[in-house]
Amino acid sequence: MAVVTAKRAARQRSGERYFRAATLVAALLVLGLLGGVALSLLHGAWPALAHFKFAFLTREIWNPVTAQFGALAPIYGTLMTSLIAMLVAVPIGCGVAIFLTELCPRGLRRPVGVAIELLAAVPSIIFGIWGLFVLAPLLQRHVQPWLIAHLGPVPGIGRLFQGPPFGIGVLSAGLVLAIMVLPFIAAVMRDVFDTVPDVLKESGYALGATTWEVIWNVVVPYSRIGIVGGIMLGLGRALGETMAVTFVIGNAHRVSASLLAPGTTISASIANEFTEAVGDLYTSSLVALGVLLFVITFAVIAAARFMLLRLDRRALSGV
Amino acid sequence: MTRRRQVRKLGNAVALGLSLLATLIGLACLGAILWTLVARGISGLSVQLFTQMTPPPGGTGGLLNAIYGSLVMSVLGMFIGAPIGILAGTYLAEYGRDARLSSVIRFVNDVLLSAPSIIVGLFVYEVLVVRMGHFSAIAGAVALAIIAIPVMVRTTEDMLRLVPQGMKDASTALGAYPWRTITSIVYPAARSGIVTGLLLAVARVSGETAPLLFTALNNQFWSKDLNAPMANLPVVIFQFALSPYKDWQQLAWSGALLITLAILLLSVIARLIISALPGGRSQ
Repeated sequence: MAVVTAKRAARQRSGERYFRAATLVAALLVLGLLGGVALSLLHGAWPALAHFKFAFLTREIWNPVTAQFGALAPIYGTLMTSLIAMLVAVPIGCGVAIFLTELCPRGLRRPVGVAIELLAAVPSIIFGIWGLFVLAPLLQRHVQPWLIAHLGPVPGIGRLFQGPPFGIGVLSAGLVLAIMVLPFIAAVMRDVFDTVPDVLKESGYALGATTWEVIWNVVVPYSRIGIVGGIMLGLGRALGETMAVTFVIGNAHRVSASLLAPGTTISASIANEFTEAVGDLYTSSLVALGVLLFVITFAVIAAARFMLLRLDRRALSGV
Repeated sequence: MTRRRQVRKLGNAVALGLSLLATLIGLACLGAILWTLVARGISGLSVQLFTQMTPPPGGTGGLLNAIYGSLVMSVLGMFIGAPIGILAGTYLAEYGRDARLSSVIRFVNDVLLSAPSIIVGLFVYEVLVVRMGHFSAIAGAVALAIIAIPVMVRTTEDMLRLVPQGMKDASTALGAYPWRTITSIVYPAARSGIVTGLLLAVARVSGETAPLLFTALNNQFWSKDLNAPMANLPVVIFQFALSPYKDWQQLAWSGALLITLAILLLSVIARLIISALPGGRSQ
């Protein structure tokens, strides 16, 4: 009898050891994943980085025939499309979040909120083909000619609206991105606004403030860090987005002042060219673009997550 | 005084009106997308879609091989990713709850959760496709697993934390080792939560295109070989939508509708399970 129990106890003890080790290994694997991604990308990008050195960042040329590659056009396109997306999506997303937390009738709050969260789950390729078949022709026929005619001649900003209306291009890509990140930003913002204690808002109302004054003077200052974090999380998503952009950017390795001209982004270049790339330097240059994207998005996302740490973790689950 | 009050009231009305307008614009844009998706996708829905292979240009056909490939790679990806994600989540929620290492892992996991998926594709290309010498369904599944892991880690940890401490204490008082407590008490108690995490991860994974572009690639024909390129819905949609052929574009729209419906269905089921949980978020 005593022998049997001792055996069982030993089995339990070794079970404990193995299970504990398994969970630890899995947890460390998650940690190693990030490092592994960084190292393997650097390894793949090394030939190009060693060959072009820092000029890789500053040259616009992208010529597979002569094996001359520079990342300026994709970097510019990535930043420009994300900037447009943020300029459009942040104000609208904030508006939606304010509506949901402060204005919306109680009965509507849940359905509208759930609808927005579900839309955040729609895969980006859907936004991409919509952009290609619906938005781009619409812009080409109705919006871009107007922009060229009315804003084109204006000194200064006129330079942004030159050239023929292609439909596809930097502006279209930025707008598709904006629509794609909108539900995401709205959902995060709503969660951020929801963290403001009711007592604070009620004190504002008790002092006679209007709804807007409470939002501007109580809600916004209280959740400032969370707001910035939410915006940066959306920015991280926009910077790295591939499919929504690839369809409508036009894939031209050019830096054009005009927003109506085709361009390219880092992720679109990789998606379009990687499987067709011939030659080590070409492939390696595309991986080097991946490294750039990794560095940019990592910085933005890490900063965003750091700012959002204060937020209840569960409030953001699934985002 | 009254003038000042009027100005404040006007400011209030303008600001709130703008926020209402923003909501309407946002919902209208998103509604327009879904409407187009349904309108264009539904005309291509037919039995053929589920029984025939992707056609050559100009021919007729369906999406059978792409649907099959997407299912196989998603399931395989979950088989690889789910155990790792659940175990890592267990570590964060139980063994290493307050360890410093855990807060680092949590942070890294959050970063991975929002990392661009095309980077994951490049990573798998570098470590698997280059070594194996060719594109394969396995590489695609691994890429999807890497996307799924952070989702699983996050939901598992959250769900395990919902299990009341008293239940665990009771198990410990009976002399059970932590692993017994976790496998016999905590996991069964958190089962529906973990299932929710699985569903969310599948939903996240099944629409991903970028990580499959240069791992699984595509295959115009029926293939069950996991060691060969395999067709999948997202990449087929990508290639067919960008083609000049009307038939292919129609198939792309139908495929897009299928994927979106599947993902929305998964998300809704996950949401229903969560709202039925005792400690779940009820909003």
